[in-house]
Amino acid sequence: MRLLIKNGTLINAEGLTEMKRDILIADEMIMQIKENITDEYDMMIDATGCHVLPGLIDAHCHLREPGFEYKEDIESGTLSALHGGFTSIACMPNTNPVIDNEALINYIYDRSKQINRTKVYPIAAVSINQEGKMLTEMGFLKLAGAIAFSDDGKPVESSSFMKKALLYADTFDGLIISHCEDKSLCEDGVMNEGYMSTVLGLSGIPKVAEELMVYRDVRLAEYTGTKIHIAHISTRESVDIIRQAKNRGVKVTAETCPHYFTLTEESCDHFNTLAKVNPPLRTSDDVIAIIEGLKDGTIDIIATDHAPHHNDEKNVEFSYASNGLIGFETAFCLSYTYLVKPGHLTMSQLVSLMSFKPARILSLDAGEINEGKQADLTIVDVNERKTIDITKFKSKSSNSPYHGFEVYGEIKNVIIDGKVVL
Amino acid sequence: MSLTVLTACIYAESELEMKFEKDLLGLKNLNEEQILYVIDTARKMKMLIDSPNKKSPQLQGKTIITLFYENSTRTRMSFELATKYMSGNAANISASGSSVAKGETLIDTGKTLDMMGTDIIVMRHPCSGAADLLAKNVRASVINAGDGMNEHPTQALLDFYTILEHKGHIRDLKIAIVGDIKHSRVARSNVYGLTRLGAKVFLCAPKTLIPPDMEKTGAIITTNLKEALDGAEVVMGLRIQKERQNSGLLSSVREYHKFFGLNEQSLKMADKDAYIMHPGPVNRGVELASNVMDGPLSLINEQVKNGVAIRMALLYILTRRSI
Ligand SMILES: [Zn+2]
Repeated sequence: MRLLIKNGTLINAEGLTEMKRDILIADEMIMQIKENITDEYDMMIDATGCHVLPGLIDAHCHLREPGFEYKEDIESGTLSALHGGFTSIACMPNTNPVIDNEALINYIYDRSKQINRTKVYPIAAVSINQEGKMLTEMGFLKLAGAIAFSDDGKPVESSSFMKKALLYADTFDGLIISHCEDKSLCEDGVMNEGYMSTVLGLSGIPKVAEELMVYRDVRLAEYTGTKIHIAHISTRESVDIIRQAKNRGVKVTAETCPHYFTLTEESCDHFNTLAKVNPPLRTSDDVIAIIEGLKDGTIDIIATDHAPHHNDEKNVEFSYASNGLIGFETAFCLSYTYLVKPGHLTMSQLVSLMSFKPARILSLDAGEINEGKQADLTIVDVNERKTIDITKFKSKSSNSPYHGFEVYGEIKNVIIDGKVVL
Repeated sequence: MSLTVLTACIYAESELEMKFEKDLLGLKNLNEEQILYVIDTARKMKMLIDSPNKKSPQLQGKTIITLFYENSTRTRMSFELATKYMSGNAANISASGSSVAKGETLIDTGKTLDMMGTDIIVMRHPCSGAADLLAKNVRASVINAGDGMNEHPTQALLDFYTILEHKGHIRDLKIAIVGDIKHSRVARSNVYGLTRLGAKVFLCAPKTLIPPDMEKTGAIITTNLKEALDGAEVVMGLRIQKERQNSGLLSSVREYHKFFGLNEQSLKMADKDAYIMHPGPVNRGVELASNVMDGPLSLINEQVKNGVAIRMALLYILTRRSI
């Protein structure tokens, strides 16, 4: 099977980029990249006016299976991811039961292979049942295919446990992904602490609750000489702490999510539970700092933190509503519209954030369009303006605050292992 | 004034010249004219409370339900009496022993009440924003009788009414509010309304009980009781919950009273005719000394009475707008 992609503008994070090139794919691999390929093919995609990107990779999502299939499952989650242009995704282990053993790692791989859509890489828990008490069998888990380790959703509170986890994971070259939140400072907070929380009469989550833990984890990684990945950073100071750590040579990488550079706490006005997320939406000053962090490389990747919830879990009192929003189907168009369109980033930089770097951090052989590489590609058209319509989402859930947003960036085709799946 | 004259004078304006929303959720979105209109209507209602035969027909055929997820004898009673004085049908639901306790969602409860033909739902709820949520999902008008730390508009309106009765104006008055500002919906509603009406509002509490960026509301924040009380013409105490000691927000009630308590001694710093107010129930000897509470400048009992009048006014206005 030979697939030819004609007339597209090829984008890479490094090397050959922003050039008009044809791409010939044979079986699962990219065989040839050059101008005006005239070889024979079985199937042709005309990508005139479109950009051809290495398939998007999401290092942080919640697929909810097993245990919360009423919110999302691997079937609906991968369909949603595919429609968002993702060819690989890494799912968090805060399911029920928690993904803390090899059997569940195998289960995730089996299910996703059965469904055969976007590739799913499970992240295993750091501690048994995410209780922060006993380490998981990271060696076995890594052998079974755990791509990283995280207690996301139930962050590691004890500093001493985190130190041991970093050292133990490093024994197997495992990566710890840390959701940074000092729970004792958050108390019963439900949104960013500040003027908005004051006038809404809602308990606040102070920025410093995130920043203290970012600093703790960065210093622990520095002290132990291990690597660490900081999940979904949302404040100016978090960006600064990571920038300084990188300057000192700490092996830290960091991610943010589209909602931290497109929205602020103002979205919570009128008790809008769709804007309730953890970490909470911050202020416009933080948005500016996050964008600066993306520009100067302090923040390595954009992840979705796709967090589906049933309507019944959002259509309640703000304090009772679940945290999180779905992100697969809006991540690319929001990132393009808010980062590339206004000139903050080039298309190549965006590809670095959404494909090349996530692949490097997760040690996947992906994220670039080069001859001899696996053919995972996403073709996008950024010329068309569209209105986000949450009723059209493929996810089982529709908890998105972006309904009605005008954006650019339509996912035209997704190619996984040389096959046109969308 | 006889009852017939009274009824006639209320009826004379059954065409409301003021525009009101379906619901009364808070003072954040009420303008000065609306606030004064409610108070003006309450003035007429108060005559009814003072009359020997407390029965007028304005709520005949209207059903007002109080839906309380938190206990409050006084606010609930105030609404129920307001309803009954005006011949409305009053019913109440409290969180314990109803479907509410069995985990029915707020929206489901609201829709059920809607189907039963309720005209106004008066709700108190521990979550900020609960009244907004209910209002968005029911046909009936919703009156917020206190939601979490967000707003308690009827309390604030009765406070304004009481201040106006005794001072004649609100513009340029120095009003000190002392107590747990952070957790207080009364403080918030008062600040929104009083600043809109032109008062100089001082808020005073230990720093642990002041929410962030509160000064952006237009109030002046201080931890110094002297600064708050100096020349104040109205002093409002807020309830200090003893549980705050357990969460590290206060060290002791004794210390609180020493630095923030309203007593004969500290009130010497205020205007000599300063009125004392409190939304109740009062912790005697904590935020307010007993002799001050029972003293000649205390308006606390007057507040209770005006509360019924304000609630009558609101029930009247919100049922009238649906005609
Ligand atoms: Zn997280």
